[in-house]
Amino acid sequence: MSPEFSEKIQKKIKEIVARYPQKEAAILPVLHVAQQEFGYISSEEEKQVAGILGVKPIRVREVVTFYTMLNREPVGKYHVQVCSNLSCSLLGAEKLIDYLKQKLGVEPGKTTKDKKFTLSLVECLGACEQAPCMMVNFEYYGNLDKKKIDKILDDLK
Amino acid sequence: MSENILTQQFSLENVFKIDEYVKQGGYKAVRKALQEMKPEEILEEVKKANLRGRGGAGFPAGVKWGFVPPVDKPKYLCVNADEGEPGTFKDRYIMSHNPHMLFEGIIITSYCVGIHSAYIYIRGEYESIAQRLEEGISEAYKNGFLGKNILNSGFDLDIIVHRGAGAYICGEETALLESLEGKRGNPRLKPPFPASVGLFQCPTVINNVETISNIPHIILNGAEWFVGQGLAKDGGTRIFGVSGMVEKPGIYELPIGTSLKDIINVHAGGMKKGKKLKAVIPGGMSAPVLKADEIDIKMDFDSLVNAESMLGSAAIIVIDTGTSMLDVLKVITKFYSHESCGQCTPCRIGTSWINKIVNRMVEGKGSKKDIDNIVRLASNILGHTLCPLGDAAAMPILSLTKKYRKELESRL
Ligand SMILES: Cc1cc2nc3c(=O)[nH]c(=O)nc-3n(C[C@H](O)[C@H](O)[C@H](O)COP(=O)(O)O)c2cc1C
Ligand code: SF4
Ligand code: FES
Repeated sequence: MSPEFSEKIQKKIKEIVARYPQKEAAILPVLHVAQQEFGYISSEEEKQVAGILGVKPIRVREVVTFYTMLNREPVGKYHVQVCSNLSCSLLGAEKLIDYLKQKLGVEPGKTTKDKKFTLSLVECLGACEQAPCMMVNFEYYGNLDKKKIDKILDDLK
Repeated sequence: MSENILTQQFSLENVFKIDEYVKQGGYKAVRKALQEMKPEEILEEVKKANLRGRGGAGFPAGVKWGFVPPVDKPKYLCVNADEGEPGTFKDRYIMSHNPHMLFEGIIITSYCVGIHSAYIYIRGEYESIAQRLEEGISEAYKNGFLGKNILNSGFDLDIIVHRGAGAYICGEETALLESLEGKRGNPRLKPPFPASVGLFQCPTVINNVETISNIPHIILNGAEWFVGQGLAKDGGTRIFGVSGMVEKPGIYELPIGTSLKDIINVHAGGMKKGKKLKAVIPGGMSAPVLKADEIDIKMDFDSLVNAESMLGSAAIIVIDTGTSMLDVLKVITKFYSHESCGQCTPCRIGTSWINKIVNRMVEGKGSKKDIDNIVRLASNILGHTLCPLGDAAAMPILSLTKKYRKELESRL
């Protein structure tokens, strides 16, 4: 069982719903709120969101499975998302990805045993002038090399 | 002489705050538009400015607004801030440095078309920028530039920030609408076009962040001035984003029609030390590739079409001779097979087959027929799909296999 939405979140959701002429339009922003709160969207959360917005749970499932940023499984405390698109590749993203795999001891898509890090490969992050780059949770880091990666990860406690 | 229009305030550290923005002359364009101009006059001015869309397709903004029918229904504006085209990062700069310039554009556009709700659809990864936009919007409400009866003109407008969640296809305008309505981002069949049947089945204008950000400048300085900044049929400047193997990757605002060679060699500082130019993708990853000897070209919509490429989002990706074109092809095909929404068979199956073939070639297990098969598959996508993502996938693949066939064959 997942936790229920707290009163504070319920209030936030109400505010969000009021921004749209149709309740359903609030699905994505409400899912963002739920993910921020619980880290991922379980089928219980899907049902809760569906209940609040007055749609069938399958409608929420359809949305959750379409968008790559919505996690259906728990992720680590730090979600390391490395860009593997063109500008970053040209400047050595592949080597950095290998380095991260080795350093964290996990393959992309997996979480470390201590649940601290999840490693993911993502498409262009819209920061190509800082290639190669990555995002840890919502923080951007650019012009990466091995040394920088060491420092960034060591500073995350 | 041309000047910086959109980026001129980027060096002012606090211009993202409304007080500083107003001190620098901000919201004058909104005052002028709402207090001195009729909506029809604004439309006329924007049409005369020949402002072509900065999101990719280059459709004239004024003409698009003119398609909105005078029906008694709510009308909507969707600002496309999805910025998903690989190589593109210009809208991020506009929104983080100068959000109120964008809001001015939104207010004037909405006033012109008769819109009272505007949505900014921003890619999910730009979370901190979405926050900045929210803060800027609440400043604008407090200062009477948003909400009811703006500047006593009788005009009402709300702006709502809507975050995406990691799907390139949601940058396509009809997929964006579906996504905003709380659905999967599956593009719609056109016609009907969004101008008549768009968001929530109502008339909708969809424009890119950079397109809309030009509006306040056109209102303040006039269409003639704007055309003078670029080309007659393609007015203004572009924010070129340069990335890849150059000394100084970044954004460069330059007149439309500036030579690609100059952008790379002069503005972006030339190739990185010790690197030699091999190829350039001139308009975001969907644009067909140009070879090193093809970069003496003007960066405007028509010149690039003549060179069988496209200006797209004006994102320039610079590739050096040390890079294998098979690796480039691998990244491109991986991207499109991942991002195809799956609605049309040629796009869904084609992109994933091509990706599989390319991966096999990268592993050294390619066969003689592989390149022909890739060309055949890509040609079957071209023109046979519901939305332009299919073409966007096929075009760079076809240009790469044509121009670098020998190199690719040497890897078989
Ligand atoms: C697959 C695909 C992705 C797109 N992504 C974006 C995008 O991220 N940002 C954008 O402004 N336009 C994007 N476009 C173009 C939009 O469909 C649309 O043409 C544009 O937002 C219109 O605005 P404009 O006329 O101001 O350029 C994309 C198009 C396609 C086919
Ligand atoms: S062309 Fe591709 S992305 Fe576009 S609708 Fe068809 S399957 Fe989806
Ligand atoms: S290619 Fe990596 S951020 Fe754009």
